[in-house]
Amino acid sequence: MTAAVNPKKLIKGGLHDWEVVIGMEIHAQVTSRSKLFSGASTEFGAEPNDHVSLVDAAMPGMLPVINEECVAQAVRTGLGLKAQINHRSVFDRKNYFYPDLPQGYQISQFKDPIVGEGEVLVDLVDGESITVGIERLHLEQDAGKSLHDQNPTQSFVDLNRSGVALMEIVSRPDLRSSEEARAYVTKLRTILRYLGTCDGDMEKGSLRADVNVSVRKPGDPLGTRCEIKNVNSIRFIGQAIEVEARRQIAIIEDGGTISQETRLFDPGKGETRSMRSKEEAHDYRYFPDPDLLPLEFDQAYVDALAEGLPELPDAKKARFIADYGLSPYDAGVLIAERASADYYEAVAQGRDGKAAANWVINELFGRLNKEGKTIETSPVSADQLGAVVDLIGEGTISGKIAKDLFEIVWTEGGDPRALVESRGLKQVTDTGAIEAAIDAIIAKNPDKVTQAKEKPTLLGWFVGQTMKATGGKANPAAVNALLKAKLGIE
Amino acid sequence: MSVDATTVRRIAHLARIAVSEEEVAPLQGELNAILAFVEQLGAVDVTGVAPMTSVTPMAMKKRADTVTDGGYASDVVFNAPETEDNYFLVPKVVE
Repeated sequence: MTAAVNPKKLIKGGLHDWEVVIGMEIHAQVTSRSKLFSGASTEFGAEPNDHVSLVDAAMPGMLPVINEECVAQAVRTGLGLKAQINHRSVFDRKNYFYPDLPQGYQISQFKDPIVGEGEVLVDLVDGESITVGIERLHLEQDAGKSLHDQNPTQSFVDLNRSGVALMEIVSRPDLRSSEEARAYVTKLRTILRYLGTCDGDMEKGSLRADVNVSVRKPGDPLGTRCEIKNVNSIRFIGQAIEVEARRQIAIIEDGGTISQETRLFDPGKGETRSMRSKEEAHDYRYFPDPDLLPLEFDQAYVDALAEGLPELPDAKKARFIADYGLSPYDAGVLIAERASADYYEAVAQGRDGKAAANWVINELFGRLNKEGKTIETSPVSADQLGAVVDLIGEGTISGKIAKDLFEIVWTEGGDPRALVESRGLKQVTDTGAIEAAIDAIIAKNPDKVTQAKEKPTLLGWFVGQTMKATGGKANPAAVNALLKAKLGIE
Repeated sequence: MSVDATTVRRIAHLARIAVSEEEVAPLQGELNAILAFVEQLGAVDVTGVAPMTSVTPMAMKKRADTVTDGGYASDVVFNAPETEDNYFLVPKVVE
């Protein structure tokens, strides 16, 4: 990508401004019941080595047999990234030595990945959007897990994760700030969750990022990059980039040079440090896995999978803007999770789209956040919220009462329409009743009435008193009009 | 193609196989003999032949996504020199 340099994204150095260039390798765990090449379960949190077959433990003579669903998931993901799907791909052995890799090699795809070039459209906070190029996506095995804190002299190895299918999604170095990098991962996660090909749960390690960072003077060729391994939250990805870019700038401005290396981000110390043990030139000695034939399928197979794809985030956002008259920002908030978008659509169906969006985003999301709940565990259903929106729309309740009603539905449940009846929440539009309340207030406060003639802003006080006297049920427009007439305020 | 003594040491190290100095020269000879044997394949004219992985046209065998294996942790760690609670225990490796 040769986009113009955005001065706002540059980092100030001691000597001049610097541009940071970021590319990412995302490891996304494929959603499947069993592993990529064995029938052992992928379920998280099992007892040590319980979800391990003799294939995963690399016992002699065991042969890998590919899980067809993992192949389908990779193709679906490729389609979601608008990427080229390769009808023929090859599995290779990536050789390295580590205790949680019993085979002594990882089965991966090197020269011929299942998915080629694609792109992701990323919306930024300020309304700007960027297109991030995808270089490739390939299928590979995850390694096991080592625990180092159980014993002073030994590491504990659990192979439950060994052999679980991963999609490695490699981006082009198209990102120019930590904000862009965070937005990219967020968007990628949304796409994967829509597709149902990865649950995106970063806490469980279902989504991990290796972040390549380099800096350069704007316009210069790419600088030497460092790779920050295994960053496991979107917030840490942002922090790691900020810290690493500044480390590199300080070295270069002091007359030094960056050496290409692998580094680890330590969130506690807020620094990246060299992984010395991995420095010894990586020599993976890739070669085609002789146990596996090339993976081949035809266009009909790809078409059938494309047929079954759900509406994707970009299309849904465009439709929300067009069909419901939403702002791009509101549409973006609503489509971030598929469940939220579905909920919104249920509320908006046959109603005012903007009003529905306001209630879902401001009241419902606000309340869910406060109580640590999700849309799936919301105490207020889409039908209930829809009824509240209807009651306001028809003028049965005021906006203020609607908030009280929402509160009742949230805590006690029930049919909003019936609650309005049984709790007497109906808006009073009968001017006789409102007039009576106003007359009583005027009679009790002759001094304020006089003052109001000089100082019309006192009208607000009278409105407040009237609303109080009517239990908040008076129609605000009617109250205003009557008060103005009676107090003689223009 | 042939390997020198440095390459032999390097290959051994990458595979984590201990090779003593005395073993390097004999191993180098053995490896080079193997490489020379394989090199005979270079004499075959493969112009216009796409690289193949099998001489019979076969499709890759695939399995359905069902859980059919696992659930025998004690068997998995049975041969391990040291275990605890069905974990493999290895000399400490920390980054």
